[in-house]
Amino acid sequence: MKHVLTLTALLLAQPALAQDTSPQDLIALYGAQSGAPPAPDAGRALFLSDQTGGKPDTPSCTTCHSADPTRAGQARTGKAIAPMAPRVAPERFTDQKFVEKWFGRNCNSVLGRPCTAQEKADIISWLNSL
Amino acid sequence: MKHTLSLTALALTALPAFADESEYMPPVSDPVALAECSECHMAYPAGFLPQRSWSRIMATLEDHFGEDASLDADTSARIETYLTGNAADAGGRSSGLLYGVAATDTPLRISDMPWFRAEHDGEVSAHRLRKAGSISNCAACHRGAERGSFED
Repeated sequence: MKHVLTLTALLLAQPALAQDTSPQDLIALYGAQSGAPPAPDAGRALFLSDQTGGKPDTPSCTTCHSADPTRAGQARTGKAIAPMAPRVAPERFTDQKFVEKWFGRNCNSVLGRPCTAQEKADIISWLNSL
Repeated sequence: MKHTLSLTALALTALPAFADESEYMPPVSDPVALAECSECHMAYPAGFLPQRSWSRIMATLEDHFGEDASLDADTSARIETYLTGNAADAGGRSSGLLYGVAATDTPLRISDMPWFRAEHDGEVSAHRLRKAGSISNCAACHRGAERGSFED
């Protein structure tokens, strides 16, 4: 019984992704909210930029995510972060609640404000192009 | 040997749960707490901090050691209930891990706890710390940390 519980706990330790969306669906959703076509180049520029409006320890997306989103990043705690590019990490952008949770947290950490729908569409469209 | 040590720990109930001899601390058992708290670091066992520390941590997630780690209200409330219910001083329990912590003090980092300092200061080389990335990365050195085993 103990082993069953341990195994269950280990499985549950992985984020339970809802598989209720896809990168394409999210680009379409955020694109529709913004009313402008997604711009991968703008997404790239934002992702790689250094910001000053957020928390001092996280000036950029690349502070924790690699500047090459096809590679793993590293949290400030030392823990590895799976790559962001769906081509190499197919679980990315497949759970809308998870995506919203992390955009909410990380845009506030890096920019000091929520990301706009346009920025979300831009970033996902860039990551999805890699 | 292990059984002998467990028995010793049981017999000496005045000793902290995290006695040097056993180096075991029950890992987080609530699946929601485990999933949420392990996204950026291992889910630290609730027994490492007193209730007031967990309450403060859960109330300040929008600036969680320099990052926004906000949760929705329901998830946050559930996790706080679990953490405070299993904290070092849960149920009025006294834990040796709170030795040297004033009742008026609310430590937020496990690595600031006097027992942690006593165990790690001078023990972790600069090289190991660099490899671990952070003193908060328990499993870099304690391979069984996520199962509650903090042997060296």
